[in-house]
Amino acid sequence: MTTDPLDPSDTPRLQMQGISKSFGGVAALRDVDFTLRAGEIHGLVGENGAGKSTMMKIIAGVHTDYEGKMLIDGKEVHFRSARDALAAGIGMVHQELSIMPDLTVGENVFLGKQPVTGAGIIDWRSMMSGAHEQLKSLGIDVDPKTRMGDLPIGLQQLIELARVIFSGARIIILDEPTSALSPPEVQLLFDVLKGVRASGRSIVFISHFLDDILSISDTVTVFRNGKLIVTHSVEGIDKGWLIERMIGAGHEDLEESYTGTITLASKPGQPVVLAAEHLGYGRAYTDVTFDVKAGEILGIYGFMGCGQIELARTLFGKIKADTGTLAIDGRKRRLRNTTQARAAGIAFVPENRRSMLFYEQPVYKNVSISILGRISRLWLKPNVERAIASKHVESLSIRPPRAEVALGALSGGNQQKVALAKWLTHRPKVLVLSEPTRGMDVGAKDDVVKIVRALRDEGLAVIVVSAEPETVLSLADRVLVMKKGRIVREFTNETISKDRLLEAA
Amino acid sequence: MTFQQTSTARASKSSLFLRSQMRNIAPFATLILLLIFFSIASPSFATIDNASNILTQISVTGIMAVGLTFVILCGEIDLSVASIANATGIVVAYFTLQESYVNIANIPVAGWLAVALALAACTGLGLVNAFGTTVIGIPSFIMTLAMMQIGAGISALLVRGQIAYNVPDIVSTLGASNVGGFPTIALVLLAFLLVGHVTLTYTRFGRYIYMVGGNREAAEYSGVNVKLILGAALVICAVCSGIAGMVGVAHFGSAQQNEFDGYLLDAIAAVVVGGTSLFGGRGGIGNTIVGLCVLGVLNNGLDHIQIDSFLKILIRGLILLAALIVNVYVQNIRSVERAEGA
Ligand SMILES: Nc1ncnc2c1ncn2[C@@H]1O[C@H](COP(=O)(O)OP(=O)(O)OP(=O)(O)O)[C@@H](O)[C@H]1O
Ligand SMILES: [Mg+2]
Repeated sequence: MTTDPLDPSDTPRLQMQGISKSFGGVAALRDVDFTLRAGEIHGLVGENGAGKSTMMKIIAGVHTDYEGKMLIDGKEVHFRSARDALAAGIGMVHQELSIMPDLTVGENVFLGKQPVTGAGIIDWRSMMSGAHEQLKSLGIDVDPKTRMGDLPIGLQQLIELARVIFSGARIIILDEPTSALSPPEVQLLFDVLKGVRASGRSIVFISHFLDDILSISDTVTVFRNGKLIVTHSVEGIDKGWLIERMIGAGHEDLEESYTGTITLASKPGQPVVLAAEHLGYGRAYTDVTFDVKAGEILGIYGFMGCGQIELARTLFGKIKADTGTLAIDGRKRRLRNTTQARAAGIAFVPENRRSMLFYEQPVYKNVSISILGRISRLWLKPNVERAIASKHVESLSIRPPRAEVALGALSGGNQQKVALAKWLTHRPKVLVLSEPTRGMDVGAKDDVVKIVRALRDEGLAVIVVSAEPETVLSLADRVLVMKKGRIVREFTNETISKDRLLEAA
Repeated sequence: MTFQQTSTARASKSSLFLRSQMRNIAPFATLILLLIFFSIASPSFATIDNASNILTQISVTGIMAVGLTFVILCGEIDLSVASIANATGIVVAYFTLQESYVNIANIPVAGWLAVALALAACTGLGLVNAFGTTVIGIPSFIMTLAMMQIGAGISALLVRGQIAYNVPDIVSTLGASNVGGFPTIALVLLAFLLVGHVTLTYTRFGRYIYMVGGNREAAEYSGVNVKLILGAALVICAVCSGIAGMVGVAHFGSAQQNEFDGYLLDAIAAVVVGGTSLFGGRGGIGNTIVGLCVLGVLNNGLDHIQIDSFLKILIRGLILLAALIVNVYVQNIRSVERAEGA
């Protein structure tokens, strides 16, 4: 079953044998054997919650409490901290960004390994010039003295990648590293990864973008339900093959919605629900005019940092536009805060799960918070909350299927479903989704597409803001393209493809 | 490289539970240990009379601590509790007829009106705190630091270095009398604890407090009016402090400048020692009750044993430090778990 792309006689760089890991009695990994060879890029795929991140966190010394053996270059090790793993040459970029927003770019690149002068003082000059060099080879031209938090999120992600790639680590683990990157940036990253591979280092690459996996990996491993299903050379396999192993047979139709072309069809005669005129906000976006009709999904596509994120926040009253007006159902509205936006019938799911969810609270409290005012006036009704949440947990097939679980124990994709579930009980008029399928597996993406389409068919106006062409293409009835804060293109009633979208942006 | 061999370093399930409950267990264990220690060290400590003493002693702190629990659960702080208590206590005395030898230019009004004016005063101060923190955006730490000074200023202006003794009957009934041998001030505390607990646990407002403290941004993205909740918590805290000040004045039998100075530290300590997270979102009135008991037993117990009275101050400080370490340590465990859960 296992085929190795390289000479099987040499010792693998990393061997994981019989790894099992459970969280509070729930198994996340079951008896997994995983092998990583020197000089390979190893793609890792699997549904949300399959155990990919858990496995990698064991390798990177984040989870120290597990069963099984770990061998590096044939020698057994057991890390007691991420620091141990780093010392052993293992670097990991986590699924959620973990940069220090208040430090400079240079400090972030050299986090934990600042160059020091003979006197033991941080050598700022060589740190800054070193950072500049490294970033340049990734195609990033920023002043290393810039504060990290001031940069667009795509750049932050690239810089975090740079930190690990140039740390000298022999094993580099990238957990969904492209979620905030634009297609050209992804290409750049892949070029760099190929260079790293050529130097004999090993890379693990986790992604839900199967096309990316197939184009960059030498070997692919599929996880399902805490088990390693198969490890295979990338030669001779395709998307359908992967999906079948990730989810099981009978889901071949899933891939259709993400490839090829789609034909947009607007629905005339529907009333305009939300109309924005000449909106502008600082340097983020200027003169944005558009409307969205009932029963329509409007896609707004643009590279990370083109102003689409700020635009989405404006629609939910989180940001106040400097200029322009917003009308809902023909009435001009000034949204001064999110409470007013919600009252006006607008719902919003931000791209960053962390800013939408309460990690320590059970799922049902996460779901009910946005509708608490409708469930209860004064006294809480936990039973009603649980019942509502359980309904959504079932209809969105959230796993584990219990509304009592703390949200932090869910895998990334399942957390995203909870974020969506918040707005499904009392239907808003306008649903604004920012990156609604980021980090979701193909099956979950398909679920979200179905959910959002069903909402549209019920007459909801939906705005989908995304930097992933696939997301926009699989959902939108009409597409606006944003570039540097302006709307530069509108696609209606025509057939478009990923390439045409990219061209416009 | 030498790493620990693959072996059984596995934490058992029960230790995992203990770790997650550390926040609640540590203060409780501290309380039990203190009780055992003082019971052995002093025969006069473990008596019914002394228990009633302790209860009375923690009452004023306790009423403040209830309000402060709301604020700290939101991840904010109120440094003006003692100062507002002092000012409110003085306001109620200022509007009450004093003996002729009291040299204060006061304005006697009917008892109920005096109480209403005092309540209005503390509500007003709370509203200023709320306005400064939420509308202007001054960090609560700084805003309430300024309010601490303002409260002291109001107190100073009203009494001008004098001492007032009389308060309205209703206030002295609540603060300085007994029903069936039980001090009424302790009943007031119990009522506040109960209402505070019910509000935080069973009402929508209480849920919002925890959610705002747990993740403010997420609360905002869920359409919760975060500023309103924060403001309300600050006003509630000021009103609790004001009432603590009024019954406190009755309890001590006098109203004067700097009367409540020691109470700021005690009230914050009670909340934090009890295990409510300084970062917000975790804890509650249950924790505050344990914290109050720890503090009350400690303060009272140290008076029962033969020990240098100057050393007592140091001991209290050390215990407070230990509690803070536990509080922050538990927070760290939590954020590590959260990172692992990402
Ligand atoms: N810290 C934790 N506490 C409890 N359960 C956890 C924790 N971390 C992960 N799990 C559980 O372990 C399982 C595997 O999660 P993991 O994060 O490894 O999935 P994944 O394959 O990375 O998914 P995704 O693609 O959504 O990121 C899930 O069921 C998840 O709920
Ligand atoms: Mg993951």
